[in-house]
Amino acid sequence: MSEKSKSIDSKKQFSQDERLKKVSKLKILLNRPELGALGGSILVFIFFGIVAGDTGMFSAYGTLNFLDVSANLGIIAIAAAMLMIGGEFDLSIGSMIGFAGICIAIPAIYWGWPLWMSIVFAFAMAVLVGYFNGILVVRTGLPSFIVTLAMLFILRGATLAITRLITGRTQVPGLRVLIEDDPIAWIFATDTFKWLFTWLGSMKLIELRTDGTPLATGIPPSVIWFVALTILATWILMKTRYGNWIFASGGDKVGATNVGVPVGRVKISLFIGTACAATLFACIQVLDAGSADTMRGTLKELEAIAAAVVGGCLLTGGYGSAVGAAFGALIFGTVSMGIFYTDVDTDWFKVFLGAMMLIAVVFNNYIRRRVTESK
Amino acid sequence: MTEYLVEFNNISKFFGKVIALKDVTMKVKKGEIMCLLGDNGAGKSTLIKTLSGVHKPDEGEIIVEGNKTIFDSPKDALDIGIATVYQDLALVSLMSVTRNFFMGREPQKGIPFFKTFDIEKANKIAADRMGQIGIDIRDPSQAVGTMSGGERQCLAISRAIYFGAKVLILDEPTSALGVHQASVVLKYIVKAASQGLGVILITHNVHHAYPVGNSFTVLNRGKSLGTYAKRDLSREKLLSMMAGGEELDKLEVELKEMDRISKN
Repeated sequence: MSEKSKSIDSKKQFSQDERLKKVSKLKILLNRPELGALGGSILVFIFFGIVAGDTGMFSAYGTLNFLDVSANLGIIAIAAAMLMIGGEFDLSIGSMIGFAGICIAIPAIYWGWPLWMSIVFAFAMAVLVGYFNGILVVRTGLPSFIVTLAMLFILRGATLAITRLITGRTQVPGLRVLIEDDPIAWIFATDTFKWLFTWLGSMKLIELRTDGTPLATGIPPSVIWFVALTILATWILMKTRYGNWIFASGGDKVGATNVGVPVGRVKISLFIGTACAATLFACIQVLDAGSADTMRGTLKELEAIAAAVVGGCLLTGGYGSAVGAAFGALIFGTVSMGIFYTDVDTDWFKVFLGAMMLIAVVFNNYIRRRVTESK
Repeated sequence: MTEYLVEFNNISKFFGKVIALKDVTMKVKKGEIMCLLGDNGAGKSTLIKTLSGVHKPDEGEIIVEGNKTIFDSPKDALDIGIATVYQDLALVSLMSVTRNFFMGREPQKGIPFFKTFDIEKANKIAADRMGQIGIDIRDPSQAVGTMSGGERQCLAISRAIYFGAKVLILDEPTSALGVHQASVVLKYIVKAASQGLGVILITHNVHHAYPVGNSFTVLNRGKSLGTYAKRDLSREKLLSMMAGGEELDKLEVELKEMDRISKN
């Protein structure tokens, strides 16, 4: 899966490498799992460029809007993709988002914990939930689909019950005031590159409010996290030993075990990864909204899996990419926000999304066959 | 030092009341191909698993280069240099040749905590190793799924050798292959032995075993029918031993009888 086949040069044409063709960069690109999602993203942008190009969708404000939505989904989609490459599913991501939200809000609001401590607490709970999911799947050999489906209900139910028990309601507001002065909350709640937007505003290059400040004030934290996670996940998958183990664990569990890959440990760590990604998602949203909601994240697990699949991940494991999942999330985010800028009734949104997904999956399947099966 | 790389003396294995193996003795010299032949149900799989450390023998001893050894796990056997290539080959068809070759034993480079899988080095070694066997992998980053069955078999064997195998146990390496592919694999096995490895070739195909083997052990219903050097054994003799000659003779008589009846 690497691109380092360029060591073959034409000078050696009479050596044993004579039958080696030089593989062009284009051909390498055509063989990558993320090609479908990349192409899909371009198509989506062209589509909205044509039907909504003059509506403000692609203004600084509009762009940041759909990037924010894409980035939030992308954070969990990347973790879901890595787990899927490792051969497992996590259907409890959405419930974990709700659970993590109240793990942050209740200690901070009702028990008087400092916000940073609640955030650490939420991540600790995520590690526990992920570990529990993982160990259950690895030890029992049950399909992760079933194990995490159970966890979906357990976590959502527990979130609702605990919140109602402690607070008497299903929402916990009042977090916004705690963000200031907190030593770590800012890393989930700060817009960056504000100077750039102020400058662009002063140059009248982007839209301004009536008071003269730019409408778009900075890059939202979700986008920064999303980009960083995409890079990190890609580096892990393509460049590290652990990454090779992820592919091996998902590709052939028995074979990988036979050559010494610690398949169980790899899978458990990936479950911890999805739970932590859900918690990161919750941190960003809860701190942005200033409140936690027990229903937050509902159905997000399916969107994350859908984005990973659009991004070229194989449902049965062993194949896929983080960049693909990132583009998958971008398609979702762009379509879900873009449809408001068109004349299309938003009721059609899911039809459009489903159709996109089908096309992407059929295309991805074709690519994978071409690359991984003998002719 | 003995002349044998590995000796399995009077190995027995019982599963409850079932005697899976009884007093099986096999020895492999350096550079020798020892073929283990047996029909289905003869106890070949049990024997392989005992040799490779999956099962512990209930009786008998394993002697590696003169030292008595007990394998507690397949890893013990592997560490001592006894590598088994199973029929499923432990290859992931969706992954590249290089990633398969180094699966679980990836070379790394870089500073601690930021160590990376040294793909350039791995690609080079994998391409070199496959080139030595004369297998033209057009690109070490191509998926194993695109290779032929024989090429995959050679990849698995070559991987075992690269990671320090002294004795190779090959489980039916040619059973799923066509004539040409099988001959490629057999050629490679001979080459590996000529470089000083001991090879235990497990098969039920006499036509594949006879040309390459130096000695032959025939297994029948959990017992060894003995080990023979090639010069003491004709192909026909081996064939009839293998199939339980009498049974085939009987079959022949019966078929003739049927033939006669149908003609009447």
